Amino acid sequence: MIQVEGLTKYYGEHAAIRDLAFTINKGEVIGFLGLNGAGKTTTLKVLGCVLLPTSGRVVIDGYDAVRDPHEVRKRIGFLPDTPPLYDEMTVGEYLAYVAQLRGVPASEARSRVTEAEEKTALRDMDGALISTLSHGYRQRVGVAQALVHRPAFLILDEPTSGLDPAQIRGMRELIRNLKGTHTVLVSSHILPEISETCDRLLIISGGQLVAQGTEEELARKLGGGTIEVDVRGDRTKALEVLAGLGPVTVAQEDGAFLSLRVEVSPDLRPKVAQALVGAGLELLRLDRGTQRLESIFLSLTRHGGASPREVAS
Amino acid sequence: MKALLIARRELAGYLRSLSGYIIIAAILALNGLFFNAFALGKAAERSATVLSNFFYYSSGFTIVASVFISMRLLAEERQAGTLPLLYSSPLRDRDIVLGKYLAGLAFLAIYLACTIYMPLLVAVHGKVSAGHIFAGYLGLLLLGSASLAVGTFGSALARNQIMAAILTAVMLVGLILCWLLARIAEQPLAGVFSAMSLWNQHFPPFQGGLVHVRDVAYYLLLTYVALFGATRVLEARRWR
Repeated sequence: MIQVEGLTKYYGEHAAIRDLAFTINKGEVIGFLGLNGAGKTTTLKVLGCVLLPTSGRVVIDGYDAVRDPHEVRKRIGFLPDTPPLYDEMTVGEYLAYVAQLRGVPASEARSRVTEAEEKTALRDMDGALISTLSHGYRQRVGVAQALVHRPAFLILDEPTSGLDPAQIRGMRELIRNLKGTHTVLVSSHILPEISETCDRLLIISGGQLVAQGTEEELARKLGGGTIEVDVRGDRTKALEVLAGLGPVTVAQEDGAFLSLRVEVSPDLRPKVAQALVGAGLELLRLDRGTQRLESIFLSLTRHGGASPREVAS
Repeated sequence: MKALLIARRELAGYLRSLSGYIIIAAILALNGLFFNAFALGKAAERSATVLSNFFYYSSGFTIVASVFISMRLLAEERQAGTLPLLYSSPLRDRDIVLGKYLAGLAFLAIYLACTIYMPLLVAVHGKVSAGHIFAGYLGLLLLGSASLAVGTFGSALARNQIMAAILTAVMLVGLILCWLLARIAEQPLAGVFSAMSLWNQHFPPFQGGLVHVRDVAYYLLLTYVALFGATRVLEARRWR
């Protein structure tokens, strides 16, 4: 379990993060969201024992990151914003080196490397020189080095940055597979990239935590969620049925085709479907409104913590 | 021992990179040239004098080699963004510094081993004592060790390798020039400056085949102080 209390970090006069507080439970996958410059990297560096905080506490499995950094470092795997790779080594050599740095006995290092390579789909690249790898592979080696010593807690700073859509999906799958064996904190500045993978989101802006919770919780707290539906059939009937559930807006209309947005929690999707089908309408698509969540994220981060306590509670 | 692990990787890095070989080859070539042109001399000389000349010139090249070998030690990690790997691993900062320094020392030892043909040539054609050769090489190794430690410190301070080399060179030249200060200063300051000088008072005895505890202690102390400084720089960077 990870506890963060009153975490503050100043660079000179400037506070990169101020009074951060959150708890991460064992086995959770947490998304750490914020625009560039919001303080994500600084927070993760403090959690990764790279930087010392100006004030506040980080406690990981009962060990304080400032007083017992050694014990904490044994329990964490850290992928910084640029993967820390040595170009002149091969993938296998590099991972074995990192494993031993992190306290894996030399005799076991090789099997741990194989394990990490299998988890990150790098088995074929074992003998490849790191300098010859593409960006996507470098990023994966970065993840592999973070988990080669089987840490309880993984900190991944923007593992999807600079990847193409196929690679982003691969990375998402990789993170999803880590669930259960590791507690993961993964940062990003792009919401949909990680929102599906994560159990919970922490949203940071201007160095302060402005919101935390599951995607649904956030949507509900911040003016409810939305459901998007495409239907074909009687217009008035459709509006009537949906209006009984929540406020409806028409997003698009084309003859009998209707694209509607209902402002209700995405939890109510089955109900919406039932109501529409029950009224004899053809249901073509039903989805939770991601567009809306994106704009919530943006408005949250733009106003930089107008009412952080209220939202975070 | 984590320091040895770091040292092994670093040394392998030297041996795999072209720059390592270029540094050794270039300095070896110059050292050989100076040996031929100056150390051997024009007139017939006694073997001991030639050997002493060889150590005299080699001391300069050892300092230059140390600057080039040490410049990449920590500055490159910073440039390549690999420092967070070391910082987030269960290592003490002094293990990082010690590992880096030891790798540099091992590489310098390889360079020094490559120069052995020159004293051997003297031995073949003349008469030299093994003790003289041993003392001279011990001096070179100690001088190199101190220079490398200063270089490790410079490399810890600098943002990139060029800056590291410049900083190290400035510090080493400053230490060498202490003897000039000693000449213009009055006692007891003159004595202090003279004792601080990197070369002037401490190296010539080795050159002539003499090993004084005083000189050995000076180089070891300088090595320790510089490495301690480098460790402190790494520690301070966590607060940055």
